[in-house]
Amino acid sequence: MTAQVEDHGLLRFLTCGSVDDGKSTLIGRLLFDTKTILADTLSAIAKTSEKRGMGAVDLSLLTDGLQAEREQGITIDVAYRYFSTGTRKYIIADAPGHEQYTRNMVTAASTANLAIILIDARKGVLTQTRRHSKLASLVGIPHLIVAINKMDLADYSQETYERIKGEYLEFAAKVGIEDIRFIPLSALNGDMIVDRGDNLNWYDGPTLLEMLETAPAAHTEHTEKFRFPVQYVCRPQDSANPDLHDYRGFMGRVEAGSIKVGDAVTVLPSGRESTVKAVQIGGVDIGEAFCEQSITLLLADEIDTSRGDMIVKSSEVPAAVKQIEATVCWMAEAPMDRARTYLIRHTTRDSKAKLAAIDHRLDVNTLEKVPAEKLAMNDIAQVTFKLAQPLFADPYLENRGTGAFIIIDESNNNTVGAGMIL
Amino acid sequence: MTQRSTLSHLDWLEAEAIHIMREVAGQCSNPVLLFSGGKDSICMLRLAEKAFRPGKFPFPLMHIDTGHNYKEVVAFRDKRAAELGERLIVRSVEDSMARGTVVLKHEGESRNKHQSVTLLEAIEEFGFDACIGGARRDEEKARAKERIFSFRDEFGQWDPKNQRPELWSLYNARSHKGENIRAFPISNWTEMDVWQYIEREGLELPSIYFAHTRPVVMRQGAIVPVNVPLVSGEVANPSRAGEQIIDLQVRFRTVGDISCTAPVESDADTVEKIVLETATTTITERGATRLDDQTSDASMEQRKKEGYF
Repeated sequence: MTAQVEDHGLLRFLTCGSVDDGKSTLIGRLLFDTKTILADTLSAIAKTSEKRGMGAVDLSLLTDGLQAEREQGITIDVAYRYFSTGTRKYIIADAPGHEQYTRNMVTAASTANLAIILIDARKGVLTQTRRHSKLASLVGIPHLIVAINKMDLADYSQETYERIKGEYLEFAAKVGIEDIRFIPLSALNGDMIVDRGDNLNWYDGPTLLEMLETAPAAHTEHTEKFRFPVQYVCRPQDSANPDLHDYRGFMGRVEAGSIKVGDAVTVLPSGRESTVKAVQIGGVDIGEAFCEQSITLLLADEIDTSRGDMIVKSSEVPAAVKQIEATVCWMAEAPMDRARTYLIRHTTRDSKAKLAAIDHRLDVNTLEKVPAEKLAMNDIAQVTFKLAQPLFADPYLENRGTGAFIIIDESNNNTVGAGMIL
Repeated sequence: MTQRSTLSHLDWLEAEAIHIMREVAGQCSNPVLLFSGGKDSICMLRLAEKAFRPGKFPFPLMHIDTGHNYKEVVAFRDKRAAELGERLIVRSVEDSMARGTVVLKHEGESRNKHQSVTLLEAIEEFGFDACIGGARRDEEKARAKERIFSFRDEFGQWDPKNQRPELWSLYNARSHKGENIRAFPISNWTEMDVWQYIEREGLELPSIYFAHTRPVVMRQGAIVPVNVPLVSGEVANPSRAGEQIIDLQVRFRTVGDISCTAPVESDADTVEKIVLETATTTITERGATRLDDQTSDASMEQRKKEGYF
């Protein structure tokens, strides 16, 4: 619609906090105040609120998903919510804050570009605040907003806000988190979420929504080396159309950098070189493409290429590694078995892998490195894997797309772990 | 190297959906794309064109027909598949009823939830290891928690408490024989995104999405279309004795089995007007129009556990 309205793209963020921090209320408030919540949904939650004997409409019910959870009254998994301001679309990953759900937070953080860390103004910086912040930084979220919530229960006190801000900054300096912004809020009353309200007049910074509107969207900050994992090879071989007889399109998404017609490229693992003949979407030439676009590349030379290969610029070839050091989050009930072989999926490439060493485990509460013999569910550890096949990897903090992998248990096909290459 | 500008939200969503479809094609040996002729699946076909042209789609299209679908939509479904030159498989709930695998509680019962049975039968018949569907997370609360690649066991069941972790855009579509994967490329789209995409791409839609006049009655606050002619020559939703039939100008926001899809009053007769109306509506898509979801707040979750999309 209205193509004149500027489109600021899409921002994915996650909210971290415990059940009591008012996280669900914050999300409900964002959805409500941006007019994402429609009348029928509102009347349904109004009914439920009344049934539960609450005076006002409980906005947290908006994000309260599945039957089992509703019975327990807690959120147990990652849920995704959407809203739009007309200029920008938002995807919220709602991750629970309980200790045992580290894996959910890592999951939610993996696709987010910004995190909102919620702090209860009455409680200040807690163990879980530190845990969430550390996890957000481990998963490479570049922007943090520390939202000091429930200001209504702390007399809207500027002093309280400043004290908590100071506490947090002291901690952040130790962990090495850089881009942090602070905001006082009352999600319950809607102060400083979308509207400024009348209770926090001493605060002259932007509202939460203004911060979100101006935060950089994904992948706009770095110039990165071109990385193009091949997902699928298109060979129409249409006998009725001789033009397509020799068509050989390498389909994939640009995981980093950009590419244009004429660029010199190398196909890995063969190492064969060629130049880009065409860049297409749906068979239509587009000339050049950028990070996050799903495209088809045609090369000037006939090079045998299949899913799992990677096309890169010849001047920026990544190392082929058969051993990786990584930060791993273990996600399965069964602990990692050192004797077993797992499957690592990195970009579109799979390799069998064996755990070679556990350097240390991160205690997510004390943030200390502790020695470890095994990996159990929700553990985060720095480990070394030996690989059967080489991977073309970059450090995760340089590029998520080619630095991330998942670990699959081939016996039941479950995803049992997530890794970030160091 | 020059910095690129940020992708527009539609470009980003499109790129994500194409990536997901290609992952299905790359990881699964025998996928199928579910196509109903509805607006979401029409977007899916455009995305598949962008993902795989100039090649053919690496999967056939399939529709699970309840026999109670609007004629206009069925005709559109066949026309679109023919234009694309792709194979369309149609499997019918009525065949399952004839086989005795679907038993209606009473003649007028909605056949919508029984699509699960026919779908599972078709999956077995063709040996599909993945079904690509146009479900969106914003449609319904249970869907908001479902993975983009959702694992289903031999009985097609979704277990919300035992989902595979899904990180970054590294999707795990592995399954053993008999199990299958449901993949939802437009999980992250909202109703508004769909309409904006239809507008941007100039996609054709079945006529019933646009304002038209049809006979309806009011039942429990919902607008219910009555005496709807079917492809079979029969009539769906007969009006009941004593009901007052009125001719109302309506459009459908969502299209499915006639027994459970209600239209909304509207004079939006172009995509542009629908986009505007969507931006200002006060009722959710399913709330306004899905009679089956209202039974219970958790009814979608229940259906999904039983193999529904």
